[in-house]
Amino acid sequence: MAEHTIGAHEETRRDFLYVATGAVAAVGAACAVWPLIDQMNPSADVLAISSTEVDLGPVEVGQQITVKWRGKPLFVRHRTEADIEEARAVPLEDLKDPQTDAERVEKPEWLVMVGVCTHLGCVPLADQGDFNGWFCPCHGSHYDTSGRIRRGPAPENLTVPGYAFTDDTTIVVG
Amino acid sequence: MESLLNIGIVRWFDNRLPLLSYTQHHMMDYPAPRNLNYAWNFGSLAGLALVIQIVTGIVLAMHYTPHTEMAFDSVERIMRDVNYGWLIRYIHSNGASFFFIVVYLHVFRGLYYGSYKAPREVLWWIGLVILLCMMGTAFMGYVLPWGQMSFWGATVITNLFSAIPLIGTPIVEWLWGGFSVDNPTLNRFYALHYLLPFVIVGLVVLHLWALHHKKSNNPLGIDYKGPQDFIPFHPYYTIKDAFGVGVFLIVFAAFLFYAPNYMGHPDNYIPADPLKTPAHIVPEWYFLPFYAILRAIPDKLGGVIAMGLSIGILFLLPWLDTSRVRSATFRPVFKWFYLLMLIDMGILGYVGSQPAEGDWIWIGQLATAYYFIHFLVLLPLIGWFERPRPLPDSIAKPVLAAGPVPGVGAAHDKA
Repeated sequence: MAEHTIGAHEETRRDFLYVATGAVAAVGAACAVWPLIDQMNPSADVLAISSTEVDLGPVEVGQQITVKWRGKPLFVRHRTEADIEEARAVPLEDLKDPQTDAERVEKPEWLVMVGVCTHLGCVPLADQGDFNGWFCPCHGSHYDTSGRIRRGPAPENLTVPGYAFTDDTTIVVG
Repeated sequence: MESLLNIGIVRWFDNRLPLLSYTQHHMMDYPAPRNLNYAWNFGSLAGLALVIQIVTGIVLAMHYTPHTEMAFDSVERIMRDVNYGWLIRYIHSNGASFFFIVVYLHVFRGLYYGSYKAPREVLWWIGLVILLCMMGTAFMGYVLPWGQMSFWGATVITNLFSAIPLIGTPIVEWLWGGFSVDNPTLNRFYALHYLLPFVIVGLVVLHLWALHHKKSNNPLGIDYKGPQDFIPFHPYYTIKDAFGVGVFLIVFAAFLFYAPNYMGHPDNYIPADPLKTPAHIVPEWYFLPFYAILRAIPDKLGGVIAMGLSIGILFLLPWLDTSRVRSATFRPVFKWFYLLMLIDMGILGYVGSQPAEGDWIWIGQLATAYYFIHFLVLLPLIGWFERPRPLPDSIAKPVLAAGPVPGVGAAHDKA
């Protein structure tokens, strides 16, 4: 028949079956791939890591302790009056990630934060850098006495986790 | 090989699966340009390095334990107690460095003689993908001993992905399988470190396929005109490659037996401590120029993008280099800028090994800027303004001007 030349095409029931089969196969393949991707996400036991209780009693003024929380170091610092004054005196427009000191603490003398540089994850060193706070040795980020980023490649302030005082000298983190 | 095919049973097998014919075709009869110099040895050396890494790696896997509590000790046990374990591990760790040495020389050969230009763009791309896979493999392998550099190297490099806006943190936690580099990370890195070398083997097959399809470039960089431009790969280049292997193994053995830790870092003999970053962390030497580029940009996302682009732009090199002349031998201006680029990469490498402070910061930024200017500005311009020296008529002419070479002629007719 003349109209059945190569290239000439009209939509048929067979075309519909091709498209429908392909669509079902694609959705099926996507469903099968998802478990293979999701298995790499944090597993139930990792997610179940309990919160950590920290006893602040033995920490002297000016001292910092490091505890492990969710596999990361947690800095707990008993700040001096001078530290607090210095942190409060910084104008917000000087900050890359503007946050007042009051937003970062429950009680001004206790600074609790995750000791992981927001650049590429190294542990900053205490009492170093140009702002009397922390200095990251890996790529040179400087943090102030409130753990806020002041200079260097890090984009954000050191993270303050959720925590609560259960009594005057105990906090529960997480 | 041909005499083997006269044996009945061999011919019967080859008729059903032409294993022998293929080998003969690609490893013996393959018509290679008759003027290849020693810069063309590094491809076969890279292949040898890959085989050495796979063989020693499989052996090490028989003694290694991928668990944060046991990995470090299992590596020390390999070094002290396993028969010849020290040798096999040192071959593997130094072998990684030597793999990069020969691959970088192979790349610089290609950059000098314009091997990336038409019609070999796809060959060049596959080579770059192999380089990226090698980097991934080397990085994950370095994590396995679970020393201080392993842990903090893994932390810094995986954190690069956190620079991606919005989905950065979920991606990093997906890579880690947790909230920090930990046992799930070590396990999956081990699995992938075992897998990737075989992916590289597959890519090498594609690399050779593309090479044999368009044939090798040569020091003159000119197209071949006919069979007189070729000699068969065997025995001419098999023997030349074998000589190269001898030289390579002498240098390799010198490091292996007299300075096995020269290219490593002493901090990696300290077990990983997630609470303490070493005062000065540096990647392995083969990552240093890229690390310097990462640190040169004072912005997290910007640094990551610059580092990615430093290799990414090489994929566009066949078009960024506007000169139609391949070999730098005939490019009087390009030749000098090639040298400047090598010096610049050397500077970047050195800056990458230094702490990110003082003068190193601006030196690194200047060298990074020059790296991108070389590829994005200078190369296109040089191609336009440079006047290349006249190209020879053919590969064979200067060679055969001295008279025909005896014994050459029968094999390349097959080409």
